[in-house]
Amino acid sequence: MSETGRGSPFAPHTDSETAAMLDAVGVDSEAALFDIPEEVRFDDEFGIRPRDEREIRREVRLHLDRDDDLTEFLGRGHYDHYVPSMVDHLADRSEFLSSYTQYQPEVAQGFLQSLFEYQSLLVELTGLEIANCSMYDGASALGEAATLALRVRSVDGNRVLIPELLAEGRRAVLENYLAGTDAVVETYPMDDGNADCTELEAVLDDDCAMVYAENPTVRGTIEEGLEEIGDLADEHGALFCLGSDLVALSLLEEPARVGADVVVGDAALGLGASGGLGLGLFATREEFLRQVPGRLVGAGEDSSGKRAYTLTLQTREQHIRRERATSNICTNQAWVALRAAMHAAWLGPDGLVNLAEDCVTNASDLAERLDDVEGVDAPAHDRHHFREFAVRTDRPAADVRKDLEGEGFAVHAIDEHLVQICVTETNTGQTDDLVDAFEVVA
Amino acid sequence: MRYDQARWTREDGDGSEDTYEPLLAEKRSAEVAVEDGPLPDDLTRESVDLPDLSEPELARHYTRLSQMNYGVESGPFPLGSCTMKYNPKFTEDVAALPGAGIHPARSAASTQGTLELRHHLQSYLARIGGMHSVTLQPPAGAAGEFTGILVAKAYHEEHGNDRNEIIVPESAHGTNFASAALAGYDVVSLPSAEDGRVDVEALEAAVGDDTAALMLTNPNTLGLFERDIEEIADIVHDAGGLLYYDGANLNALLGRARPGDMGFDVMHYNVHKTFATPHGGGGPGAGPVGVVEELAPYLPTPQIGESDGEYERVEPEHSIGKVHEFDGNWLVLLKTYAYIARLGDSGLSDTSAKAVLNANYLASQIDYEIPFSPFHHEFVASAGRDAADVAKRMLDYGVHPPTTKWPEIVDEALMTEPTEAESRAALDQLARAFDRAAADSDEALETAPERTAAGRIDQADAARNPRLSWQALFEE
Repeated sequence: MSETGRGSPFAPHTDSETAAMLDAVGVDSEAALFDIPEEVRFDDEFGIRPRDEREIRREVRLHLDRDDDLTEFLGRGHYDHYVPSMVDHLADRSEFLSSYTQYQPEVAQGFLQSLFEYQSLLVELTGLEIANCSMYDGASALGEAATLALRVRSVDGNRVLIPELLAEGRRAVLENYLAGTDAVVETYPMDDGNADCTELEAVLDDDCAMVYAENPTVRGTIEEGLEEIGDLADEHGALFCLGSDLVALSLLEEPARVGADVVVGDAALGLGASGGLGLGLFATREEFLRQVPGRLVGAGEDSSGKRAYTLTLQTREQHIRRERATSNICTNQAWVALRAAMHAAWLGPDGLVNLAEDCVTNASDLAERLDDVEGVDAPAHDRHHFREFAVRTDRPAADVRKDLEGEGFAVHAIDEHLVQICVTETNTGQTDDLVDAFEVVA
Repeated sequence: MRYDQARWTREDGDGSEDTYEPLLAEKRSAEVAVEDGPLPDDLTRESVDLPDLSEPELARHYTRLSQMNYGVESGPFPLGSCTMKYNPKFTEDVAALPGAGIHPARSAASTQGTLELRHHLQSYLARIGGMHSVTLQPPAGAAGEFTGILVAKAYHEEHGNDRNEIIVPESAHGTNFASAALAGYDVVSLPSAEDGRVDVEALEAAVGDDTAALMLTNPNTLGLFERDIEEIADIVHDAGGLLYYDGANLNALLGRARPGDMGFDVMHYNVHKTFATPHGGGGPGAGPVGVVEELAPYLPTPQIGESDGEYERVEPEHSIGKVHEFDGNWLVLLKTYAYIARLGDSGLSDTSAKAVLNANYLASQIDYEIPFSPFHHEFVASAGRDAADVAKRMLDYGVHPPTTKWPEIVDEALMTEPTEAESRAALDQLARAFDRAAADSDEALETAPERTAAGRIDQADAARNPRLSWQALFEE
């Protein structure tokens, strides 16, 4: 079985078993089982040479070694928080990792309960009544929120208002989610990193289906006008959708209290440096329950009267409702949601609040130190920050970014003279070196 | 073989039992006030009320939960159309190699190795599907469908074609309908012919100037190969439409036939189905999309391009933009790469051989009516009684049951896909589970299962009275 080139190493058949099975079926060869017209048969080769495990590990390692070994101070929607070992070890248990969507709940109680606990975590952190058990990423969750807004809004409005400063990828995905509707995405202005509520009021009208804001914003600033945005959206009958993440939600204003109707975002917990393995959050008010996209886990009872869990309200979903489903989502990010819930439980309420407070303190400390570097103005926005901040540089930002890379650091260049820095517990040990590098390149 | 799933039950002081493993929040939680921190009070919440357990307690909680969960390493998992096969362990280690999980916004110059791997994977998938170009961005199969349809839509718009309909066979996966609708199309449902395949006459009647695309899986959800595929492709192409391949059943065709050679213009790959990346209880997956040359300019940005050995992110000329904020589920895709590399040409074609052999062997060993054949990697048996009850009883025999009551073409359907990863012994165990369930009394079926962590769950009641969080439970 360890040899390569003789067939699938994961098909357990011996030659004699194969022969006996063919005999039982009543054919004389495997090829005879294929009912494929000759004209469309493939009898060429892909030219993919089979390799053994050891060779593949070596090959991939050699590839990865070609990547520069940089300390990342990158954020803007994808955050690297330290994931405790417990999460890797327990989430990797094969009963979790190698299971499917819970179509037979009686044998899937473990995963269902974990997802129910994940939903409950989101309910606590958002203050909203219901949460689904994952979307692909913050951008897809935002897209789904917008299509929900178009469904639940009674008036004909088709404008979706987003902040002028928003991650490019997030807006691009949102626009694709809305490609099949008549909705238009428009921006409202920002003032020094935060929403400009006066300007927002000026562009808001009864044609707006949804107003989106973020806390923290893409620049890492803590949004101070949330309650006002919530009130404005409410006055005009628009849905208020707030983007955040699990760590920020542990400390910052509770979304329900500022009038949020939907909360979306990226998890930031349980991921580690996972190369884009996202987890989209989605929580909303109970009144929209039957319009929610994605999977929902509910508690019920089994035949012995004990509490048990099951996927529920599946009549919203594509496998039942087909083209009238609330969303096309089927496979989601369940295993990542399990990891996020584990990570949050490991931290506990104290740990979560402490981690979030450290995000604020680390960002302001680092900004203060960078501000002392000549040619650097940090933070660029005179705001409270969470985890990341923009830095104004005298030199062109693209050059600073490139030169920092030469010094061993990865940062974003976000404008002609702005770079962006994200600091978490995973890179605080390298902040001295980063400041030194800025001294060299700024 | 006798099967009993682990079951942990809370006993209160009075000996009464009301739940299995208690919720984290029932074990111990704490409300922590948020005060005296680095932010002014008006920017922070007041408190957080969450579980507060030690690591040993959590380890026990999650271990117990895992024991109350069935995975493909627990036993056979022949969930038709979902394709649950063994996920090799080494791919986990490959995806955990140092440096595998770099931040997705890293510059191209500093990540040449990762980009090269992505480029190789694009190329592998293109060759396997017979496609010209592949994007790795979609994070799941349904996201791949949506991407493929958006690409088709952009192509039509660029060519001034005003087409508003997508044709989908009634036996197709629900995601096809939903993805087409999400992209703004009217969905035209196509009935099946009596032999379970596409009704070519009905197709001819359905296509026209409004047809943007036909979405098809081949073999279809009955496991039947659409033998008229060339004629079907001609009909759609002659009408100016595009042909979309739903990759859900590609496992049956690996190395035997390629969507591109059959006339498909755009397709998605379900990496957890075809290339054995773990499905993790519902995801993450990845849904790369392949297209023929004409459609390549419309793919999402960025594509990974190569010139003179340098890899770069490029934006296709008429790109639809992005369908994932970053670059898709890269660590899942890295497992895909490792899996394909492990199998190579010989392993890939042996995969389809053994998957099809296993389905046919299993079908030959069970005493059920199977109305449609010859099938490939999956077949649909008719339970002859309530398929959901039969499925619940099969759980007691130590196997995960097939997909039930779908496709609706077959009465009380049991849609069964053993995959290549099951041994003859495991298939025999599955066959016994099928036949024992068939022989059991109605009463035994209606009260099943009894050896699983929980007894039969009243799903209708759970939907009528939704309780979706512990907060909702505790309020009662």
